[in-house]
Amino acid sequence: MEGVPLSAYLALGAVLFAIGGLGVILKRNPIIIFMCIELMLNAANLTFLAFSRYHDAPLRGTIPMEHTYMNGQMAVVFVMAVAAAEVAVGLGIIMAIFRMRETVDIDEMSGMRG
Amino acid sequence: MSSQLVVFSAMSIVAVLSAVGVIVSRNAVRAALALVVNFIVLGVLYFTMNLELLGISQVLVYTGLIMMLFLFCILLLNLGAPQMLEETSGLKRYVAVLLSLVLIVLVLTQVLGPVAFSGAPGSESALAGIPTAPDGYGTAKSVGTEIFTNWIYALEICSVLLLLGIVGSILLAKRRG
Repeated sequence: MEGVPLSAYLALGAVLFAIGGLGVILKRNPIIIFMCIELMLNAANLTFLAFSRYHDAPLRGTIPMEHTYMNGQMAVVFVMAVAAAEVAVGLGIIMAIFRMRETVDIDEMSGMRG
Repeated sequence: MSSQLVVFSAMSIVAVLSAVGVIVSRNAVRAALALVVNFIVLGVLYFTMNLELLGISQVLVYTGLIMMLFLFCILLLNLGAPQMLEETSGLKRYVAVLLSLVLIVLVLTQVLGPVAFSGAPGSESALAGIPTAPDGYGTAKSVGTEIFTNWIYALEICSVLLLLGIVGSILLAKRRG
């Protein structure tokens, strides 16, 4: 998309990140809180990719240009892998809590005095 | 306003509306489906930035794997109508909306402002539109070459992390006794 400036992608990422953060604060269902965390991760991914796609000069220093072009994509690849692991473990924890307490209300989970 | 900007605005409106749908819907399944729409729109946005491999893996990984896990979890928990959690009301909701507005304003003024409107390096290209991508920018070949040469240690650490995730989730899911 030649006509779209970098600011548009960054603004979309900021708005999505804020909506995700709002959901994390507001919701009481831990599954939806997880979804909002995924939303925030995706907003950060979008920002990574936009910065990486739009920067047309290598970072200062002696790094060759062909190595800095790919850094944003690499960050997103690893964020995706970590998000997959996080979701698997997190949903396992939610299932274990539900089996133990028969509720998933996040406000009732005060066993750790958090 | 260029035609590309119109298309981008339409897609970002869909993305924002589906993100709002995640947090306003009280039914967890509807929230999950709204999140699927959001992920697919983000995948299309990746395609507009010449990121073919990441666009495909966004759709595959997020909507195929992560949202399937979410839907399975919702199915297993079986949160019916009596268990649907009523939302927090009153002061907390207003404070949360205020906090997220503050977050948006902070990010927009502190990050977007300097990027777009100062003389910082790259700011002229930030308003000018996308630069030409180098050859094979988002293809599987270039991404794979980069992962298996310069990022090989990160890849190995990531594989250990995924292995730990598998073991941990099996341990958590196993019934005691």
